[in-house]
Amino acid sequence: MLSIDLATLDAIVAHARRDHPDEACGIVAGPLGSDRPTRLVEMTNAERSSTFYRFDSMEQLRVWREMDDRDEGPVVIYHSHTATEAYPSRTDTSLASEPDAHYLLVSTRDPELTEIRSFRIVDGAVTEEPVRIVDATVDPNAVQSYLFGQTPATVDYECRSSS
Amino acid sequence: MAIEVRIPTILRSYTGGAKAVDGAGDSLDDVLNDLDAKFPGLRGRLVTPEGTLHRFVNVYVNDEDVRFLGALEAKVSDGDTVTILPAVAGGAFAFAAMAALSSTR
Repeated sequence: MLSIDLATLDAIVAHARRDHPDEACGIVAGPLGSDRPTRLVEMTNAERSSTFYRFDSMEQLRVWREMDDRDEGPVVIYHSHTATEAYPSRTDTSLASEPDAHYLLVSTRDPELTEIRSFRIVDGAVTEEPVRIVDATVDPNAVQSYLFGQTPATVDYECRSSS
Repeated sequence: MAIEVRIPTILRSYTGGAKAVDGAGDSLDDVLNDLDAKFPGLRGRLVTPEGTLHRFVNVYVNDEDVRFLGALEAKVSDGDTVTILPAVAGGAFAFAAMAALSSTR
């Protein structure tokens, strides 16, 4: 399960909406071993494409060193799909290289409704996981424009539970 | 003469879990050959059978991407640090991307 606070999730969605129709990408760093995504880093999509993304290599080196210095890791690696569902493509699966990361996909294909789904991708095997909002005081209405869960027809209401 | 090589998480199975290992040589190619002798299979994850760097692996000598330093021919010397980072890449299914992939993997 991915546990993430609403402010970070909102910022990811805002990034995806801002870069639409190009794919947006980035990470949320967190303390090593904590599995807590705490520090959002929006990355440049060096491809500037609506069907492909790749972190700029020099920016990636800088950000990865910064994480090393802070004893952090990439807890979440996110990117958007701008015309298709929020599910890892074959390209995503074959290129996934961080077995400890949550791969968060955001689909901006619908201008109103944002699909958000999270996956583990290890050795080419994709496993979906629930997304849980961890804020103590989440306004349920604030999450209503997001669609979580296994299929586009299913909303994971667990996401709304207070913690 | 030692060159520190920083190993990403996904390749640490080759280095017994070590985050950084020492290599020797005058070029990146030499260093990777040296490491492959100690950690068999590591080079194959970075270099294609045709002898070029995999497209979706980033390798840096100090602060430079080796693509701008001659790739495998990049010169290294004592005290340099080589950093290996898998590219973070993907995207919605794209024929161009898959074609690029199949030619490099």
